[in-house]
Amino acid sequence: MTTVETAVGTAKTMVLNMGPQHPSTHGVLRILLELDGETVVKAIPDLGYLHTGIEKSCEDKTYSQAITLTDRMDYLNPLGNNLVYCLAVEKLLGLEVPKRAQYIRVMMVELQRISSHLVWLGTHAIDLGAMSVFLYCFREREEILKIFELFTGQRMMTSYIRIGGVALDPPAGWRQAVERFLKMMPSRVDEYETLLTENRIWIGRTKGVGYISLDDAIALSMSGPTLRAAGVAYDNRKAFPYSSYEEFNFDVPTRTESDCYARYLVRVAEMRESLKIIRQAFDKIKDEGPIKANAPGIIPPQREKMKTEMEALIYHFKIFTEGFSPAPGEAFVTVESPRGELGCFVASDGSPKPLRVHFRSPSYINLQALPKLIEGQLISDVIACIGTIDIVLGEVDR
Amino acid sequence: MTEPASKNANVVAECLRSWNPKAVAEVLEFRGETTIVVPRELLRATAEHCRQDAKLQYNFLTDATCVDRYPAEPRFELNYHLVSIPRREKVRLRAWLSGNDPVVDSLVPVWPGANWLEREIFDLFGIRFSGHPDLRRILLPEDWEGHPLRRDYPVEGYRDVPNTGELFRKSSTP
Repeated sequence: MTTVETAVGTAKTMVLNMGPQHPSTHGVLRILLELDGETVVKAIPDLGYLHTGIEKSCEDKTYSQAITLTDRMDYLNPLGNNLVYCLAVEKLLGLEVPKRAQYIRVMMVELQRISSHLVWLGTHAIDLGAMSVFLYCFREREEILKIFELFTGQRMMTSYIRIGGVALDPPAGWRQAVERFLKMMPSRVDEYETLLTENRIWIGRTKGVGYISLDDAIALSMSGPTLRAAGVAYDNRKAFPYSSYEEFNFDVPTRTESDCYARYLVRVAEMRESLKIIRQAFDKIKDEGPIKANAPGIIPPQREKMKTEMEALIYHFKIFTEGFSPAPGEAFVTVESPRGELGCFVASDGSPKPLRVHFRSPSYINLQALPKLIEGQLISDVIACIGTIDIVLGEVDR
Repeated sequence: MTEPASKNANVVAECLRSWNPKAVAEVLEFRGETTIVVPRELLRATAEHCRQDAKLQYNFLTDATCVDRYPAEPRFELNYHLVSIPRREKVRLRAWLSGNDPVVDSLVPVWPGANWLEREIFDLFGIRFSGHPDLRRILLPEDWEGHPLRRDYPVEGYRDVPNTGELFRKSSTP
């Protein structure tokens, strides 16, 4: 058990155990707070309550089977997790993905980014006492989940992005659904801003709270909106473009104040940028074209071909009984998840199961900076600081 | 499986060699990713140089992870992934550690962000980082036995054998 030794003698401080069952920790995070009155002297996060050994389980599955496990890490960003894992395996295989599939991937992960930011905004606001924002945000998130259901058959654990492409062709009527969302969403983002951006209570609870300097943020490996709110325009979509992001036109919002309020502004601006990207991807996706790479032995053959072609049937059997074996080597890919730099490291030893799969989860690494954000602050600001780094405990503990 | 070294690989290797000829044991290139194999005694000094050198500017430690090549020896392959935000380049520093003495200098003095990454490796692989300020288990309970991500640790873990109170254990069989 993690414990805190309080200073003996002066005995001015007390230790408060926050979590693991605390609504504002968004999962099962335990923080030991050493308090002097209402001021936090020391904070020690204690994690692992949700550790499920996903990395170990991946080693016992074939490359394709492991995709379903990635959904379950960051449950607000399953498509992004699918994407980073598939990109890593594709890099290991040296596989080229058709443009149409790349654009579909981009559209889906950007929708996911908006839905994740909506959950963040709603829960962050409810933590700080603004109940109605939560209801507004979840109303729009529902629309995004309906689009996911239309595309993938699932609202959350989609497993839609597969090695070499995506699982299914976009369904009939997808353009109307996405178009409706794109028409509706900009005014809804305005609504959130009218509720919060100039709200005096919101500003009072977030402005100047949870400051971290730019040098500290980089030294602590922080990434995503938290780093961009400190003043660096470091975004993997621009710095190391993947999945054809270099063809898209968008900005990377940054602030320099590096407090909770700046992070809020960055995330809201990111939602608007994501809408721009979705619109461009929407126009780029053609109605006809391949959604999977042409790689027999790696991509399962079409059902119709299996009934007429011997090779297709053999490949199907081999893929689902033993899988495929990439050449020995390693690949490390990073993408920009809603929370920051999400990385996947895959090592192959030439067998059909990965030798090692490792996820660089942004929540885990950003959470490391929590003591830096809250030490010296008031206890009520702890809630704001946990919310502002946007952690998902499923991803922290994996 | 080696590919010709990329431009960035040459820059990094040349820069490190001119600083200390022993620092670069090997330069590997695979799928466009550069790996610099570093002797384990020089890992911290090399990382520090990568961060400070004006030509390299690897200011951001993005990830640290380990691969267990059991039963090969040395079995542990420690990988640090560095990113240079101003140069938009990545590089991987690799050090090999033997199974009977998996100790290496911690990189926390270079990047404080290495703290939890190294604690995770300590927890799941049992690699010790000397100079680490707080080397405790992080994901597993403190009384957990063994290091689950080692290849000789069973995927299903050590479980109770029904009705006997015994545990499945490799070492318990005489």
